[in-house]
Formats: sequence, C-alpha cells, structure tokens
Amino acid sequence: MAEVEESSKPLFAGLSDISISEDIPVEGDISVPVSSQNADNDLSTLDEPVKDTILRDLRAVGQKFVHVMYPKKSSALLRDWDLWGPLLLCVTLALMLQGGSADSEEDGRPQFAEVFVIIWFGSVIITLNSKLLGGTISFFQSLCVLGYCILPLTVAMIVCRIVLLGGTGGVSFAVRLVVVTASFGWSTFASTAFLADSQPANRKALVVYPVFLFYFVIGWMILTFSTSQ
Amino acid sequence: MANTDFHLQFQEFEDDQGFIESNQGATTVTIDDPVKSRKQRKATGTALEEETDPLDSNDKTELLSGERKSAPFWTFEFYQTLFDVDSHQVKNRIIGSILPWPGKNFVEVYLRSNPDLYGPFWICATLVFAIAISGNISDFLVNYGQPKLKYVPDFRKVTMAATAIYSYAWLVPLALWGFLTWRNRKITSLVSYSFMQIVCVYGYSLSIYIPAVILWIIPNEGLRWFSIVVALCLSGSVLVMTFWPAIRDDKPRVIIAIIATIVILHVLLAVGCKTCFFSTYEMIPLSEVHNKTLKATSTLSS
Repeated sequence: MAEVEESSKPLFAGLSDISISEDIPVEGDISVPVSSQNADNDLSTLDEPVKDTILRDLRAVGQKFVHVMYPKKSSALLRDWDLWGPLLLCVTLALMLQGGSADSEEDGRPQFAEVFVIIWFGSVIITLNSKLLGGTISFFQSLCVLGYCILPLTVAMIVCRIVLLGGTGGVSFAVRLVVVTASFGWSTFASTAFLADSQPANRKALVVYPVFLFYFVIGWMILTFSTSQ
Repeated sequence: MANTDFHLQFQEFEDDQGFIESNQGATTVTIDDPVKSRKQRKATGTALEEETDPLDSNDKTELLSGERKSAPFWTFEFYQTLFDVDSHQVKNRIIGSILPWPGKNFVEVYLRSNPDLYGPFWICATLVFAIAISGNISDFLVNYGQPKLKYVPDFRKVTMAATAIYSYAWLVPLALWGFLTWRNRKITSLVSYSFMQIVCVYGYSLSIYIPAVILWIIPNEGLRWFSIVVALCLSGSVLVMTFWPAIRDDKPRVIIAIIATIVILHVLLAVGCKTCFFSTYEMIPLSEVHNKTLKATSTLSS
C-alpha cells in the first residue's frame, strides 16, 4: 500500500507544476459573427415596402406552381414549404364550385364549407396516414405538397366553367371528362413524385392509394358541377 | 427450448426458400399454431413465397408483441403499431376476406397478433365515396331520358353514407366484443378476440361491397339483387367462420342468436344502403310519370 502511494506520488507530483502563467491573455471575443448579420436582415425586411414583401411571397408561391406543373424530383417544394398556395387554390376551387346563382331549391351541390373541409380534412388525414405508416416527411411539408398539387384540378375547373358557357350537351361533357381525367392523373402523379420518396419501399402503394382517392373525389366534384340556367 | 431454437432459426432465414423446403421434411414436435397452419397451407398446395413472408414477419412480431403494444394509448407510437402493415399484407387480407376458405380462420391466418387500422379505415372511406358516387351516377342514368334534365349532384349522400358505414364498422364490433367478453367469463372457450381484431375483421369484410356498389350503377333490379346476395354470402360466411371458434362452446341458443345477429346486421347494412341511396325506379315508368305531370302542369297553366 505504501509502495503504491509512493509510486502514485510522481504521477500527481506534476500537477503542482501546472499553473496559468500570467502572460497568457484570458480574454477574447466570444460573440458569434453571424448573428449580427441576422439582426441586419430582420431590420431590413421590416423596413421594406409592403409591395416587396407581398411580391416575394407571391414569387415563392408562383415558383412552386411551376414545380407542380413540371414535376421533377426536386426537393424545393419540400424544403421551403408554405401554406399560402394551398389556401389560395382551395378558396378559388371552393368559390368556383358554388355556381354563383342563388338556387335554394336544389341545394344538393357542395357548399363552400363542405369543399373547404373536404380538402383540408382530407389532406390532414392523408398526412396522418403517411406518418403512421412510417413516413419521414413532416406534417406541414406533406400538407404543402398535397395542397399545391390541387393546381391542375383548379385549372381543370376553370376550363370546365368555360366549356359550360358553351352548353351542357354530350360534347361538352366528353370534353370536361377528358380534361378532368387528365388533370386528376397529373395531380396524383405530381404528388406521388414528391411524397413517394419519403416512404419505405414496401408501403408505397398504401400511401399512394389515399392520395388517389382524394384527388378522385375532388375531380368528381368538378366533373359533376353544373350551372343552373 | 425447442420452440425458441426453432423461432430463432426462423428469424434468420426469413427470405430463404431453401430453409422452407428443408423444413418440410423436418419432424418438429412443436405444436404452435403458426407451424401447424403453415404446414396445412403447404399441404393444400397454396404455398406462395409472398404468403410465407407475412407469416415470418408476423412470427417475429409475435415474439416482440410484448414490447410492441406496451405504448400507452395517448401516444403516437401506439397508433403506429396499428399501422404496421405492408402493401402485400393488406392485399392478402382483402383477398382472404373476399374468398372464404373452409379451413382458414381470418383472424388466425391473416391477422395473427397484428391487427391493423389501415384496412378498415380506408375500405370504409372508399365504400362511402363509392356509394355516394354510384348513387349519383345511377340517379343521373335513370333521369337521362327526361326532357327536363336538370341533374344536380346530391352531396348530402356522402355525409349520410359516412355516418351509416362508420357507425356499423365501429359500433357493431364494440357490441360484439363486449358480448363475447361477457360470455367468456362464464364459459372459458379457447379463443378470445381483442377489440382491434374484431374491428379489423369487420372492416375487411366490407371490402366485397365496393365492387357490388359499383355494379349497382346499372339500373337493373335483378342484377342489383344478385350482386347483393353474392356479396352477402361471401362476406357473411367469412364473418361466421371467424367467430365460430369463439362461440362454439356456448349454449346452442346463444350460438344461434349470435350468428343470426351478425348475419342480420350485415344484411340490413347492404339492403339499407341500396334502398336509401339508389332509386329503384326503372327507366320506363318514371318517364311516364314525368309525361303525366308535364301534361297536368300544362293544362293548369293554360
């Protein structure tokens, strides 16, 4: 025991030599240089005119529209998600499905609230479904993708209304059917191009099917829309 | 001991066809259900490789089932365990609910200890929209030849159909599970099903109605009743065969009462959907009625 203590003494003996010499300065600058730039940025966006702010957001929304119309496997839609675009599209679609005329007797067509609820509630349920199945996409990213991919169906709605101005015969129905089917296929393809990568390989079909059902129901609502004359 | 060795071996050779073939000649003494039913399936010659895969993964999950379902029900992980299925498993379960096979109990063969909520939820959702859309299409086709064609889609059908189908898919299993648990206290039978398993069976048994509902678009009464009868026979027999092991040790009157209730509720759902959402008029009588009303209104206005 004493031998151990004696052998341990040289080990600890060196500790007494360690001391902070007084000529090493212990001061310095520990501020993070980046934060000052962030503070400058915040100040600059607060000072800019409102037109610039709105235009910046609109440009971001428009850029995502372009990504939806030409769906490549880019992650731009997922990275900077926003919900302005889906809100804009949802409100436009719900307003256009109203018909405009006040026909209180045949109130069978979907109300504004029903369309709104179907689109948002449906998106939330599909997002929950993909997360429960083990998807790696975040909640709002998925909502963003599903909302933006309604764009082809909204375009189809505009086209259908224009076609309906020309009459409600069999030809117009055939044209509307083709347009709605094409846009429904486009929406499903665009959204699966963004969403399918985040799922494990053996569950892709389980995630794609609810998206298919969702856009099918929206396409059905567009196809059966008819103005009263 | 032999069991665990066997299961350990089983885990390692999950995707190996060679192991399965070599196991056919093995004379293991294990009398577990998974081995027995797998050997039965081999005997009947329906041994597809994809069928053994869910079996293997289900065996693995059976081993871990103690850890798996221990998450409390207010956490997200608990619900994730209820969605632990693959695409081919869902496909097999749907096929198993459509084609009743006399030896196969749906819960034993397909569900094991892995009931899922994906199938019941999305099958019910599909059925709701299929009923609403087919109802609208059939109304449209019936009114097609009318001069005053003013077709407006009836959106209320969606909410009515959703209420009816989802309450059937949740309340009937709840009642059945409660009743079976109560009977289990008096008569200890071999098999007792958990609530999720009963919900799963009922959800998948509704899948046969989707093609039947799409067939109802054609406004032919004979075809509609024929498709209802076929769908009822198939899904009803799956349900009866599933619940037979749970109730066969009971008194005969109770057995008959339970089976009758299951079948009658199933019939009521199908017939109720048909009568509520699909008009039963043929095309010719309706046009005559319309012409008469047109004449009446024209005489009144003149």
